[in-house]
Amino acid sequence: MRALAAGIALMLVPLQALAFDYQLTAREIAPDTYVVPGRMEHFNRANGGNIVNTGFIVTTAGVVVIDSGPSLDYGRQLRQLIGTVTDRPVRLVLITHAHPDHYLGNGAFGDVAISALDGTRAEIAGAPPALLDGIYRLVGDAMAGTTLVPPTGVVTEGPLVVGDHGFELLALDGHTRSDLAVLDRTTGVLFAGDIAFLDRTPTTPQADIEHWLAALDRLRALPAKLVVPGHGPVAPPPQAFDQTAAYLTWLREALAAAAARGLDAAEVIDMKLPEDFAGLAVARAEFARTVAHLYPTFERSVLSDK
Amino acid sequence: MITRRALLGHGAGVAALAAGRAWGAAPMDPLQSVAWEDMRALLLGKGPVVFDDRITVAAPMAAEDALQVPFLVDAGALGRVQRILVFADLNPIPLILDFAPGRLAPLIATRFKIQQATPLRAAALDLKGTWHVAGQWVDAMGGGCTTPALAHGEADWTARLGETEARVFDRDGRRRIRLSIRHPMDTGLAAGIPAFFIEKVMVEDAGGILLGELATFEPVSENPLLTFEVPAGIGGDITVTARDNNGNIFRRKVALS
Repeated sequence: MRALAAGIALMLVPLQALAFDYQLTAREIAPDTYVVPGRMEHFNRANGGNIVNTGFIVTTAGVVVIDSGPSLDYGRQLRQLIGTVTDRPVRLVLITHAHPDHYLGNGAFGDVAISALDGTRAEIAGAPPALLDGIYRLVGDAMAGTTLVPPTGVVTEGPLVVGDHGFELLALDGHTRSDLAVLDRTTGVLFAGDIAFLDRTPTTPQADIEHWLAALDRLRALPAKLVVPGHGPVAPPPQAFDQTAAYLTWLREALAAAAARGLDAAEVIDMKLPEDFAGLAVARAEFARTVAHLYPTFERSVLSDK
Repeated sequence: MITRRALLGHGAGVAALAAGRAWGAAPMDPLQSVAWEDMRALLLGKGPVVFDDRITVAAPMAAEDALQVPFLVDAGALGRVQRILVFADLNPIPLILDFAPGRLAPLIATRFKIQQATPLRAAALDLKGTWHVAGQWVDAMGGGCTTPALAHGEADWTARLGETEARVFDRDGRRRIRLSIRHPMDTGLAAGIPAFFIEKVMVEDAGGILLGELATFEPVSENPLLTFEVPAGIGGDITVTARDNNGNIFRRKVALS
């Protein structure tokens, strides 16, 4: 009996020590500038929640990290990955917005400054514990040990110099109530956060379409050479801006037209998607989510007309 | 593509042959729900049951908002039906609504609160007494039935109780009515909040003749948005009257033309 117990213990130890392996890779897209690309999928057990692009910039004063990823283990592995690229310490983590795939890695950066726009900081600080329950349910063990760690600092719109890199911070909204974009004027790389998507259907749980389109216009006016979208491949502008704006504009028109025809949300979910968008990653499922987020406002406005 | 109906058509026969009387020749549940037999006994009685994809049950595959899961049921392909029940097997209160279309079209849409992943089904009783059942699974993180209504976070919710909005849409000759009623639709399952919900909605023509009636239950979402259709040939004003379990009555006239 004791031998059996020992055998079980031996089997358990290595299993417990085995963290989810995100197999993160850093792609150098400009001098000192790296992107860690995520999959264009929904949260699931196979991807461990790695559906997001994070990035980092190695400056002479240390490393600036853009978003910490979807879990504690992701954050830890991102930090290890940075260590394979440079010996310089992480100086600052910037969180673009309060969606969990972008900040749940914060726990791995507890010893450095984590900053965000004040609205983002407040939203993360006030996030309900049920948020973590929901992601545990989708992602499973990869979430082990993950807790809500709010940013410690606040940034505002304007220039930010870190070592030999001069950044321009933009305070936007539309994807959420508080969206940060980071332009590195030294390299011309724009980290657009989730204001820009490319080849992956935009997500809308807190979206305001008008504000989002206005935010895209502000990004278009920047002297960026390369755009890192929150989800999807890195590309020169205006590709991600155009695609995101076209999708949002179509959404606005299609949902208004459906409401004017008296369609119920359950019917709208099954609407045929235009060819331009049907091929985007997770288009059908994401559109169904969007109907739940945005359609009630459209249908209520039609009902209250009379 | 193999349709569910085709599978069932064959499946029912095969199952009856294989299982004989032990299964009472009951068709196999295509959704493989542990609660199906209970639902059948509880809601459908002893009458014959067939699974029938001619009934449209439109709903999302996953509930993005556990408090507001939309569905639309259209049994028009069956011709006239006596009743349409909509229920979610694994909800703590399964029955969502019981619609007697009468002279209305056999189509109903609204939202419901979901407590966990569950089959969502519509059962239509035809004129010969056979239940036709269709449905799908809706995945959910859950908690919708035990969460207090949002209204309880508003100071003035009682002042706006029963406010209605309505509009008529032309749908190929039929008139589709979409009507919302402000009501918390409390299930009684949220701590300290007793059940308080609209339990009956009646639709009458201009002469006061009943066109159709709907019994609604606790799982119907807060501020219910109801969609139903009036066939061509019925004109004038219709009156929709809703009554809740506290005896409050809410009435709304809707001009069809």
